[in-house]
Amino acid sequence: MTLFQDTALLSLVAGVLALLVFASIAGWILSRRIATGPGRATVDNINARIRAWWVMAILFVIGVATGTIGSIVLFGLISFLALREFVTLAPTRHGDHRALFWCFFVVTPLQYYLIWIEWYGLFSILIPVWVSIFLAIRTALAGDTESFLERSATNQWAMMICVYFVSYTPALLMLRIPGYEHQNAKLMFFLVLVVQLSDVLQYIWGKSIGRHPVAPSISPNKTWEGLAGGVACATAIGAGIWWATPFSPIQAAVIAFVLTIMGFAGGLIMSAIKRDRGVKDYGALIQGHGGVLDRIDSLCFAAPVFFHLTRFFYAP
Amino acid sequence: MIATPLAAVCRLISGAAVQWHCDPHSDAQRIYFGNHSSHLDFVAIWSALPPRLRQFTRPVAGRDYWEKGALRRHLAGHVFRAVLIDRAHAGGEEAAAAARASVQRMADEMADRNSLIVFPEGTRSLNGEVGTFKSGLYHLARLRPDAELIPVHLENLNRILPKGELLPVPMLSRVVFGPPLHIDAAGDKQEFLARARAALIQLKAL
Repeated sequence: MTLFQDTALLSLVAGVLALLVFASIAGWILSRRIATGPGRATVDNINARIRAWWVMAILFVIGVATGTIGSIVLFGLISFLALREFVTLAPTRHGDHRALFWCFFVVTPLQYYLIWIEWYGLFSILIPVWVSIFLAIRTALAGDTESFLERSATNQWAMMICVYFVSYTPALLMLRIPGYEHQNAKLMFFLVLVVQLSDVLQYIWGKSIGRHPVAPSISPNKTWEGLAGGVACATAIGAGIWWATPFSPIQAAVIAFVLTIMGFAGGLIMSAIKRDRGVKDYGALIQGHGGVLDRIDSLCFAAPVFFHLTRFFYAP
Repeated sequence: MIATPLAAVCRLISGAAVQWHCDPHSDAQRIYFGNHSSHLDFVAIWSALPPRLRQFTRPVAGRDYWEKGALRRHLAGHVFRAVLIDRAHAGGEEAAAAARASVQRMADEMADRNSLIVFPEGTRSLNGEVGTFKSGLYHLARLRPDAELIPVHLENLNRILPKGELLPVPMLSRVVFGPPLHIDAAGDKQEFLARARAALIQLKAL
């Protein structure tokens, strides 16, 4: 299936385009209105974020439009960059070096290759079973016992979050849903759109009326008001684009709701890790957003849930 | 010719965030001195420089390593234009004389245009801590009092390519260029070396 043969997919792309144009105009008006004062920094940050959204949206659309291989390469690179940011913060020692080399240059490509050849059986256990065992053995063989438990646990979790969880997004292309053959790119679109819009809307609602933080010790910016507003709006949008999915409007709403909650939880978990390691962002690759991992934290935890819900209920 | 793409690849591998606390585009002749923990160190500094300065900035490196094999020889001679020196392994009069000659060569190779990249610890640190400085930096600074001494703190490169490893793990790193240092005319050697080392370590917190 290519982008231009599927009108539903084209409509989604057009919708994203319209949204970005609208955001850019709104950002421009804001920057004209608020030229000085404390609000200026926020406005500059918002505009930097909008510019980065353009780049991310264009890359995503290119990935989707170039079919399975494009999506696999795109998310493979995202995994690689995210893993790099995660491992930089991990308390690794020289004894982890070779195990980590395997993670970056063998396991990550292999995980995505399994999607390409549609070997679901191995895809789903490669990292939780095989790599988990391999990493422990390889690190033990290196012989360094200094904080061994902490190091091996961190490296395993790095692989789970940055590679295994992220790879569930292009893995959606493997699902065989009766009556929805060769249309799975729209499932990827649905997932990414709902989760990322939920992030943006939570940010907007939180900035506007946020008062009560959900977990003040982790992040003062994640508020109950932001959560409620963002989840409600993103759920409504998810329900509104049911026509692009194999779901009914009600089902699309329920699934979108679950995704927004998982996304919120992902953001919270990844913020807790940042707090633990004493940093504000995972990296600085994406202007205004921080690192790749700062942007995909919500996707990491929503993607596997979305895949397995869809697989369980829709792909017998 | 190959220098610019090579620098881009190096920046990609080292994922370096570069911070400048001195003028990055200054034409002053400089002696960049960094902490040493990885074979990637001088490439990390070299690739972080603006392209125009890069062609006039020459790393000082050990002859024994860089003259092994045609590729290394080509890179050292034509791409990095390294100043290759003999590393003194034994002590005694002879080694001291050789060391003096090496420092004199570095000063001469700077001529009236070049800058240098040096690692005053003399060898790579195993744990990422900054070791004590050998006196080479002091003697070089005395020979070239006109040059700006720029401390460069390199972070995480020992994790990307530790001593004894052949293949890199592409973590993110940081390269911090500090404000220039100068040597006092009557400067005491130990005082100067301690001051230079402190200036380098202090960049870690910036």
